[in-house]
Amino acid sequence: MNEILDKIKQKYSAEDVKVQRTGLAFVTVNKDVALDAVTWLRDYEGYSHFVMMSCVDWIEDGKFQLLYLLHNPVTKTDVGVKTLINRDNPAMTSGHHLWKQVWTYQRELKEAFGIDFPGSPRVDENFVVEGWVDIPHMRRDFNTKEYSEETYFPRPGRETHDPATYMREQLYPNQPVTAKRKDNDK
Amino acid sequence: MINKFLGFEPDKSKLPSATAKIGADLDLSSHKYQKIWLGPNHPGVTGNMAIELTVEGNTVVNAKTHVGYLHRGFEKLIERRLYVQGFPTSIRMCVAEPDTNEYLIATCTEQLSGYDKAVPEMAKWLRMLSLEMARLQGLLRGVPGQGGTFALGLGVQWGVYLRDLILDRFEELTGARVYHMYIIPGGVRGLLPDGFKERMEDNLMDIDDFIIRIRKLMFHNSVFKTRAKGLARITPEMVDKYGIVGTNARGCGVKRDVRKDEPYLHYDKLDFDPPTDSDGDIYARTWVRWQELIQTVDLIRQIMAKMPAKGDIKAQMPNVLHWQIPKGETYVRLESGRGEYGMYYVTDGTDKPRRVNLRGPSYTHAIALLEDLLVGADVADVHAIMVSLQTCPPEIER
Repeated sequence: MNEILDKIKQKYSAEDVKVQRTGLAFVTVNKDVALDAVTWLRDYEGYSHFVMMSCVDWIEDGKFQLLYLLHNPVTKTDVGVKTLINRDNPAMTSGHHLWKQVWTYQRELKEAFGIDFPGSPRVDENFVVEGWVDIPHMRRDFNTKEYSEETYFPRPGRETHDPATYMREQLYPNQPVTAKRKDNDK
Repeated sequence: MINKFLGFEPDKSKLPSATAKIGADLDLSSHKYQKIWLGPNHPGVTGNMAIELTVEGNTVVNAKTHVGYLHRGFEKLIERRLYVQGFPTSIRMCVAEPDTNEYLIATCTEQLSGYDKAVPEMAKWLRMLSLEMARLQGLLRGVPGQGGTFALGLGVQWGVYLRDLILDRFEELTGARVYHMYIIPGGVRGLLPDGFKERMEDNLMDIDDFIIRIRKLMFHNSVFKTRAKGLARITPEMVDKYGIVGTNARGCGVKRDVRKDEPYLHYDKLDFDPPTDSDGDIYARTWVRWQELIQTVDLIRQIMAKMPAKGDIKAQMPNVLHWQIPKGETYVRLESGRGEYGMYYVTDGTDKPRRVNLRGPSYTHAIALLEDLLVGADVADVHAIMVSLQTCPPEIER
């Protein structure tokens, strides 16, 4: 595993190399070489099983983090190749030619995060939300609570409790609320 | 043979190939092709998904999977809730085997918060028992369900009855029949009730009998054999190309099983060898699942025999209402009844996860693989092919 990670560092100037546990490591590479690294892992290092593709919205940094998670069925190890792309007009080179299921992930990411993959088959087709007009629904700035309150009429009998306050009221009804508890509840 | 309607036998080799016209060439206005929607509400469809078929006569020339009928944004909901509040949401991401989600989300949070080594031994055995019981109840529906797609409805009724007995055991172990919430961060919620093992053994003996009867009903049946043999063949070369896992991969001879390859819990202490076949067709996949049914019954017996009589079931964990997990990320996988089932989990140091992303086997089996396997198939075989891949829409939509 360490040998592979050293090679990725050398070949693709990987940063932030982290071994999460035995057999699982994550590396961050530049957007321009991310698919090169993925292809190299597949063709030369035996990471032939494409586990999944994912995205994390680091809204505070203005970045989306794309993840390509690959598995080597012989060494039983996983490498997650990560790359950061700008949140404004996000786009990434399509990897649909590498594995048959990649276009499905790219289609989902286009809908859920608004990341474009030019040339990816059916990338503009709806995936799970038909006729969606709001901002992409998996972005951090999409407020689910506000959306549901605006979209669905509030039904009588439905109440929302703050879990910490509610549990305290149920378990310790007569106990005064200390300043420390108040801070904890925040 | 002369066609009795035409009076002659046409030379089919000179006719245009149906499969060559996939994509933009399909001109519906030519009246040569027809659109048929299978689902979202159809007895032959697994769950709520639809397949948009373009057919030429009885032959499928193009297929598109449509999902979204169950989308409730589970991953997004979990991101907006405390770690412990994510549990009741996560289990709904897979109705067929909800316990797998409990294990994944519990293990992810334990790994990232440094409590993974603190899970007591007894809890690991009970987690394994719960996961194997979930596999068993899934197979009791899945194996005869394949016969059901070829009109062998009797096995489905036997299977549903026996699955109900396993749900009875789940009810006494966890208090719930389908969504159990048994595996929690740090361990499990309870010990085995008194007399549980005896009652489970009674049920397993009934299932032993069912296994023999289902073999006669399905695998000795000429209709099942004729229709399932050679249909929707998966080759070993397709396994990595499409990301095929579980019994779909083992049915064509690719022996991959997370329980064996990367043993978790106490699977390394159990004696088992994942069954395989070489044909890769529906018959082979069903045959592998039938053997897995035998193996799951055996594994439950092994677990009950080898697990300690008593012990701690839960580690000392922080107050779940104020639990904050340091920044980190992990991926945890297990072998579900349908294959590799995993979760990518990202934390950012707050009391809520930053990202939760499920990797269900159906994501590739029901879309990329199914769409390609259906091309050239007969319309009557579409639902059989879909069921043979064990597609489960909730884990696609999440």
